[in-house]
Amino acid sequence: MVIRPKDRLLTLDWKEIWRYRDMYVLFVQRAFRTAYKQTVLGPLWFIITPVLSVIVYVAVFGGIANIPTDGVPPALFYLLGISVWGYFASCLNSTSNSFVTNADIFGKVYFPRIIMPLVAVTVNLLAFAIQLAIFFVFYIYYAATGSDLHIHWQVVLFPVLMFILAMMAVGFGMIFSSMTTKYRDLQIILGKVISLWVYVTPVIYPLSMVTNEKLHLAMSLNPVTPVMEAVKFSLLGQGQFSWLWLAYSCLVTFILLLVGLVFFNKVQKSFMDTV
Amino acid sequence: MATAIEFEHVSKQYRLGLVSTRTLAHDIRRFWITNVLHKEDPYLKIGETNDRATKGTSEYVWALRDIDFKVEQGDVVGIIGKNGAGKSTLLKLLSRVTGPTTGTIRAHGRIGSLLEVGTGFHGEMTGRENIFMNGAILGMTRKEIQAKLDEIIDFSGCERYIDTPVKRYSSGMTVRLGFAVAAFLEPEILVVDEVLAVGDAEFQKKAIGKMKDVSQGEGRTVLFVSHNMTSIRSLCTTGVLLEKGCVKQIGQVDAIVSMYLKGDSEVFNYKNFENIVGSALRSPEFDMLEIGVRKKGGTYDDVMSMTNDIEVYMRYSLKVKKNLQITLHVKNEQGEAIFSCSGGDRCYPCEHDPGEYEQIMLFPANFFNWGTYALDVYIVEDREHSILRDYDVVTFTVANRAHEIGTFMGKEPGDITPQFEFKEKMLN
Repeated sequence: MVIRPKDRLLTLDWKEIWRYRDMYVLFVQRAFRTAYKQTVLGPLWFIITPVLSVIVYVAVFGGIANIPTDGVPPALFYLLGISVWGYFASCLNSTSNSFVTNADIFGKVYFPRIIMPLVAVTVNLLAFAIQLAIFFVFYIYYAATGSDLHIHWQVVLFPVLMFILAMMAVGFGMIFSSMTTKYRDLQIILGKVISLWVYVTPVIYPLSMVTNEKLHLAMSLNPVTPVMEAVKFSLLGQGQFSWLWLAYSCLVTFILLLVGLVFFNKVQKSFMDTV
Repeated sequence: MATAIEFEHVSKQYRLGLVSTRTLAHDIRRFWITNVLHKEDPYLKIGETNDRATKGTSEYVWALRDIDFKVEQGDVVGIIGKNGAGKSTLLKLLSRVTGPTTGTIRAHGRIGSLLEVGTGFHGEMTGRENIFMNGAILGMTRKEIQAKLDEIIDFSGCERYIDTPVKRYSSGMTVRLGFAVAAFLEPEILVVDEVLAVGDAEFQKKAIGKMKDVSQGEGRTVLFVSHNMTSIRSLCTTGVLLEKGCVKQIGQVDAIVSMYLKGDSEVFNYKNFENIVGSALRSPEFDMLEIGVRKKGGTYDDVMSMTNDIEVYMRYSLKVKKNLQITLHVKNEQGEAIFSCSGGDRCYPCEHDPGEYEQIMLFPANFFNWGTYALDVYIVEDREHSILRDYDVVTFTVANRAHEIGTFMGKEPGDITPQFEFKEKMLN
């Protein structure tokens, strides 16, 4: 083994990551086990928080602002939007913090640093799965009471779409994580970016509501938009499913991952000195 | 023997002070010069020797500078030096926690590092769960840990608490558990940093024994940083002395340890008090004039060897009539007293009239092991209390005897090597 000041920037040691697979599994298990220790309601919090947000959204956006949901029951519309967006946002957040939050352990021992973002992405999946389960409970209720819901065959792509979102978050997060080690300003900026990003993504309103053509295009250029729309189309029958725009999202994801990897590799060797 | 680790001109630069706009300015300038103009990093040319105590003029310091040495496979290397000499930085580079600024390290085999025991321990999880967690972080697979689980628990001596959350453990127990996991790690190269400082005497002994087994029995390479010279000497074969980020000396561990302990102080085997004011051995009544240690019949510049008779020469003057004797405490390199010796009525009358005296004490040949020794001097009155005393008055070094080639060249344990008689006869 050779330790140099710099390695090639565009590499990923798959073999090494595979060797540490047990550590990955244990970290994920640990996060699950210790997530809600010393709370009375425990894992129930995974359910309570999204339900609360949906109630607020239905009241504020549906009841007060009268934002349409294109004939889809508002609860379903918001629940899906929040879950999918929430997963993206939490992956982005935890990836971008991975150096700072794990500085303690990174400073003591070597293992492939990239495992931590991967663990985060997996752990966030649990919260997402629970929210999705709630979504399906509502879904069955609305379907039984005769709401107009269409499931399209593209629903088989759902895992792929979520994977794209996760990778996009990881790529973007890696770029941020490598910069936040030294300049914490970026952590503050990112928090703001995430909270504003949700408004240029069709989460709480349908894309079809945007009639201004230029604005519509600008929103489609947001790489999360095509994925979000595709998810809504396949599960709720509302929104647009465009292979072209999805290809665009994939391309952006790919580029983000490459750039993120370069940034990550550049920093991971010596970030302990600056963190 | 094969080389296990090679350091090739390894340096590590750190930036001091806080992260500020100045840092950003430097980063931008560095990026511009190295990536756009493709020139050398301007901040690598500056930087100062890492001297913790003096005020520097540059924000950049070299924690390590041009480290260049090899470690043979199966060697147990002790890395010693003062605080801030670069010991931990060296281990950090080797365990890949941080990267070198320049230079290359080549290591042959898996590196297991123990910069702190119990890395990744989570207070909410039980001892057993933490064994798996910690082992995995150190690079073991679940299977490997499972196979050694009983041994690990047994070695830690925490069997009773193994299914209790670690937050209920005492700090000593946490260390025990952490070390137990690491002890069963099987890398070709083991890097250990001062982890034995905690834990009780029994456990330290156990830990050192385990590390000895690892290196001697299994032929693995160990790098060990500690301030405890006794554990360094009992464990290591080779010593590396670091000073201000540079390698000062590499060699047989005893030689390096004594070099470190001597430090910056000059070696005195002779002291003339007549031109020293305010010595602890001078008073209006008693005046120490000279103390020296030399080869019998030689001068103070001669090398003293294990096979020479060695004498301590003392000259003093007395202003008043006194009943006194001189007691010497002989100390080894660790500063531990080996023995105390005084003449008194056994050799000379303690009743002294005023005047000038000389006293010579003799250590027979083949008495001291090779190494460096120091003398504490006590002036004892009426055989009951010391009126004057001074510590480390003189130090002297006894050189190793010449060896026949092929015989044991290392240092025998202990500070003295008396040659007692052995009798043998053939019984049948």
